Amino acid sequence: MAEITIVQAVNDALKEEMTRDDDVVVLGEDVGVNGGVFRCTADLHEMFGDDRVIDTPLSESGIIGAAIGMSLYGLKAVPEIQFSDFIWPAFDQITSELAKFRYRSGGQFTCPVVIRTPYGGGIRGGHYHSQSPEVYFTHTSGLVVVVPSDAYDAKGLLKAAIRSPDPVLFLEPKKIYRAPKMEVPDDDYVVEIGKAAVRREGTDFTITAYGAMVEVAMAACEKAAEKGWNGEVLDLRTLVPLDEESLIASVTKTGRLVTLQEAPKFCGFSSELSAIVAEKAIDVMEAPIKRVAGFDTPFPYTLEHVYMPHADRVLNAITEVMTY
Amino acid sequence: MTDVLQVLSEQGDIDNSLIPDLTEERMVELYRQMLTVRQLDTRMLNLQRQGRIGFYGTCKGQEAATVGSGAAVGPDDWVFPALREGGVLLLRGFDLDKYTAQLVGCALDPTHGRQMPCHFSSAEHNYVSLSSVIGTQINQAMGVGWAMKIKGDKNVCLGYMGDGATSSTDFHAALTFAAVHKVPTVFVCQNNQFAISVPFSKQTASNGIAIKAHAYGMPGVAVDGNDVLAVYKATQDAVARARAGDGPTLIEAITYRIEGHSSSDDASRYRDDAEVEMWKKRDPIERFRRYLTAAGLVDDSVVEEIATKVKNDVDAAIKAAEASPMPSVETIFTDVYAEMPAHLREQRDQTLNESGGGENEGAFPL
Ligand SMILES: Cc1ncc(C[n+]2csc(CCOP(=O)(O)OP(=O)(O)O)c2C)c(N)n1
Repeated sequence: MAEITIVQAVNDALKEEMTRDDDVVVLGEDVGVNGGVFRCTADLHEMFGDDRVIDTPLSESGIIGAAIGMSLYGLKAVPEIQFSDFIWPAFDQITSELAKFRYRSGGQFTCPVVIRTPYGGGIRGGHYHSQSPEVYFTHTSGLVVVVPSDAYDAKGLLKAAIRSPDPVLFLEPKKIYRAPKMEVPDDDYVVEIGKAAVRREGTDFTITAYGAMVEVAMAACEKAAEKGWNGEVLDLRTLVPLDEESLIASVTKTGRLVTLQEAPKFCGFSSELSAIVAEKAIDVMEAPIKRVAGFDTPFPYTLEHVYMPHADRVLNAITEVMTY
Repeated sequence: MTDVLQVLSEQGDIDNSLIPDLTEERMVELYRQMLTVRQLDTRMLNLQRQGRIGFYGTCKGQEAATVGSGAAVGPDDWVFPALREGGVLLLRGFDLDKYTAQLVGCALDPTHGRQMPCHFSSAEHNYVSLSSVIGTQINQAMGVGWAMKIKGDKNVCLGYMGDGATSSTDFHAALTFAAVHKVPTVFVCQNNQFAISVPFSKQTASNGIAIKAHAYGMPGVAVDGNDVLAVYKATQDAVARARAGDGPTLIEAITYRIEGHSSSDDASRYRDDAEVEMWKKRDPIERFRRYLTAAGLVDDSVVEEIATKVKNDVDAAIKAAEASPMPSVETIFTDVYAEMPAHLREQRDQTLNESGGGENEGAFPL
């Protein structure tokens, strides 16, 4: 067992998968000699060389287009988009092309690309280094969207993604890239895609969260416990395909739901969760669903600590559902 | 490689046949501006190290390319900067206190601390708000130039970019459109040899950037980017062509990024100290000073005087910015739309009434 950060977990997963399978290649801006601006691809260039760890020119559409081509021809491309805020020049390649190859060719062509990209706030990066773009992609059929919240899952889910036959968008919560450290087994393991995890068992209310918001949900539950309310935290881990069963099971137990995301609220992923619960489990609900989210504004620089959902804001929502 | 325009040799000797049309006073003023940019860079990088600002990207080594090109356009012309052209805004008369306020992200900042440091914006100075997204501004600069042409104005637009940005798809569209429609936009590429860690040789296999212009159907000019007079001259010529209705030009200022990509970058991971040392010897400010001194435009005491004034001005501006409070919470919600819609009013009110709060933490890695 080694104690590692999420950055190290991503790096280990890449090393292990590249060692296991010669077809795995990594490409992107600054991923080679520099080892990635967040160091997620450190040492790979030395270990696997120029052909498999590729510093590309500055073009996201070039990076994803190349990855698609490589995958069509049998490589397993794992491109990095340096910040998810810079994924948009590749939006066309991802949504019109990558996501639709299997369908449009009647299953003849597939491109199981794994796009890794850091997302989210908490690093004082202003609007172009802080956004949470998940719903632009969860809205695109054909893409798998994964968001780990700790080192164990980051490693296990990334390995599962690389072995998956479908294209995966792998969103890495950069706020918690380096903390907290966590024990991770040395042996090969994968975490199954499409399964949520209960991080805290409770009976009074459910909080759904993913990525960096899981720790905020946990902290809010500690505060709620002081008031005698026992919360359950459901870490979604995979957004598409969603583990609906675990969501319904949890709200069936608690009857109350607070959803938590740092992306803007309007049409956010939580809106989908609310709709599913409303459609499939409204009869068990004892209070209206509350969504805690980023504001429907661009992400600010100086005031990011006000913008980002924090435990006190979540506690206010918990109080509302508990005192309804 | 195409010929590289040079007016001042590395020793500061001038080629009189190429000397641009600049008064002596203006030359000294350009020197002062270059020094201001350098002084800001030195101080701001230090403040960043002390945690007093969050991020900074210097112009160090590129002052001639920034100041020389920016000085060749007038107040009615427009400028689209990239990361390292803040000095152009100062040239256009922007208040130094507001400049440092943007870097600190305080209430004195006209953009309310909404953007990371170095992302200035001033409509009054026709200096368009910078986005971090590489390349987007190149097309927009083309569009502004096009509008100037449609409206029959004799203005021009400067569109800046780094060498990395020339790989973006926006670069291709911008140059294609601009040349077809003879748009009065001057594209200025600061080829500082790196896009973060990616060296120019991995950015393009082309023999330089200027040469790319020919295929698009516009003149391409390569210029010694550490020679302020050459950059000024190349830009002035391109601006004259654009104003005369002869269309766009692509200028490649060949220079070098002396510091890391930004305050968060460790350049020793990917480049040799020897190369940096070689470029330090080509310092654009020192080169210009040698010329100004030899030409009798300044002497040591004037140089000293300028340096002292620049230092004091920058110190005072930093003080003013640091004395200013944080922007108000209200500013998170304003300017999203012309009028604040109901759902934003609700979110604002809820936030203003909220107890507790998040922690102000985090450090930018890049
Ligand atoms: C579309 C996009 N992709 C990636 C980035 C991350 N990034 C920021 S600066 C930079 C390199 C820019 O290099 P260059 O254009 O040469 O300008 P320089 O910083 O050297 O002045 C990169 C890759 C970005 N800001 N935008």
